[in-house]
Amino acid sequence: MSETTRTYRPRRDRVWFLRSRAYTIFVIRELTSVFVAWTIAYLLLLVAAALDGALPAFSAFAAQPWVIALNLVALAATAFHSVTFLNLAPKATVVRLDGWRVPAFMIQGGNHTAWLLVSAVLFWVVTR
Amino acid sequence: MRRTLEPYLWLLFSGGGVVAALLLPVLVLLFGVLMPLGLVDWPTQAELAALLDPLLVRLALLVVVVLCLFHAAHRIRFTSEEILGVARFDLAVAVLCYGAAVAGGVVAALLLF
Amino acid sequence: MSAKATRAGRSTGGERTITLEISRFRPEQDSEPVFETFDVPLRDDWAVLDGLNHVKDQLDGTLSFRWSCRMGVCGSCGMTVNGKPRLTCGTFLTEFGAGPVRIEPLKGFPVIRDLVVEIDDFLAKLSHVKPWLIREGEELPLTTEYAQTPEQLEAYKQYSMCINCMLCYSACPVYVLNPDFLGPAAIALAQRYNLDSRDQGDRLDLLNTDEGVWGCTFVGECTSACPKHVDPAEAIQRYKVTAAMRSVLPWARR
Repeated sequence: MSETTRTYRPRRDRVWFLRSRAYTIFVIRELTSVFVAWTIAYLLLLVAAALDGALPAFSAFAAQPWVIALNLVALAATAFHSVTFLNLAPKATVVRLDGWRVPAFMIQGGNHTAWLLVSAVLFWVVTR
Repeated sequence: MRRTLEPYLWLLFSGGGVVAALLLPVLVLLFGVLMPLGLVDWPTQAELAALLDPLLVRLALLVVVVLCLFHAAHRIRFTSEEILGVARFDLAVAVLCYGAAVAGGVVAALLLF
Repeated sequence: MSAKATRAGRSTGGERTITLEISRFRPEQDSEPVFETFDVPLRDDWAVLDGLNHVKDQLDGTLSFRWSCRMGVCGSCGMTVNGKPRLTCGTFLTEFGAGPVRIEPLKGFPVIRDLVVEIDDFLAKLSHVKPWLIREGEELPLTTEYAQTPEQLEAYKQYSMCINCMLCYSACPVYVLNPDFLGPAAIALAQRYNLDSRDQGDRLDLLNTDEGVWGCTFVGECTSACPKHVDPAEAIQRYKVTAAMRSVLPWARR
């Protein structure tokens, strides 16, 4: 059937992720992972400096404008990751209490509360 | 049945996603922005070393590093294939991405222990 | 792509009109789709499909497109309207203001003619997931009745609302980039039976594959596109959890 009639198949759209806002946001959401990797690398450098007694050299490195700029982007990216990841969690986890399905906003609210609590505790531990 | 590694990779990705979501923003804020800008004082060498001293802290840190790196590797693998159209090289892309994550984990382990 | 001169219908006396830019592909003459524009009456109660039928009845009888029920249950009239996959019977012309309205075939499928796409691949995927009640040790046809509680019905009902309109496939960049992906509707349909208390089948081997649930990167646009609120994205993520748990814990229930 499809051999006798010639069908048209469009070529791959190279910029498909610019075709709709939702696609662009999706790609940005996925690319936050690059900054997750950067953050881990940065924190490992900090740990290495702390264990080697090279903290002054690290803080000098960290104070360079381009490093601060990069970390500001990393802050935005990791925060965007947190919001999107914690918001999407209820899609994968259906929680039922005695047959009643816990609505998504409650799971999301719990996730964001946990994020806030963990952040506050870490902030306190590091700065006390 | 065809064996696939994907469920295990996905679990590592998901675990890393949760850990990264809960821990990373505040850590970047502190060590990457507030301290370098001088808004919060850097801890002293001794304070940081003391913080990292308990075995449990080091183990937890290693788990966090490995999970976050696998999370990043998983997303970078799929996103690069979708954006650049290199899905037919999935095996090579996967080896590269997860390989980098494993290497990062080994570096962290050597550093911490 | 070239656009032919606008062909307007006979004037019906100062009635408001809106321009439709319709993708035409006639394999005997076009090597790739071209746009043709038609002016059709703009009426409050006219959907895009009414505009297309006006074109076919009054302006160009060779225009080809699928439609049937005109009430959003048959799933035949899905097309790309101004870049988005929509049911043309449920998308009103007034939504587009002064126009124009660009109408193209559903993205991600081979185009047979004009707005008609080939659906063989989609149909093969639907039947691939064994979308029927699987019972152990019962002769066909199944005749025994199995009553369900409202809770048991609720567990899968949402996933049974699919009308196979393929909007979710068209909205899914994973499927459009890689047609091997099993896709949203087929996986949601599999879940419709997985979560049915009467079903005793196991679709793990079908879904726990690189082209199955693991092909999905959770763009989520299938759910946004679905006119029946099936939420295929949720169906897929839920099965990822199921498949992952069963891979780690072999004794986990399905």
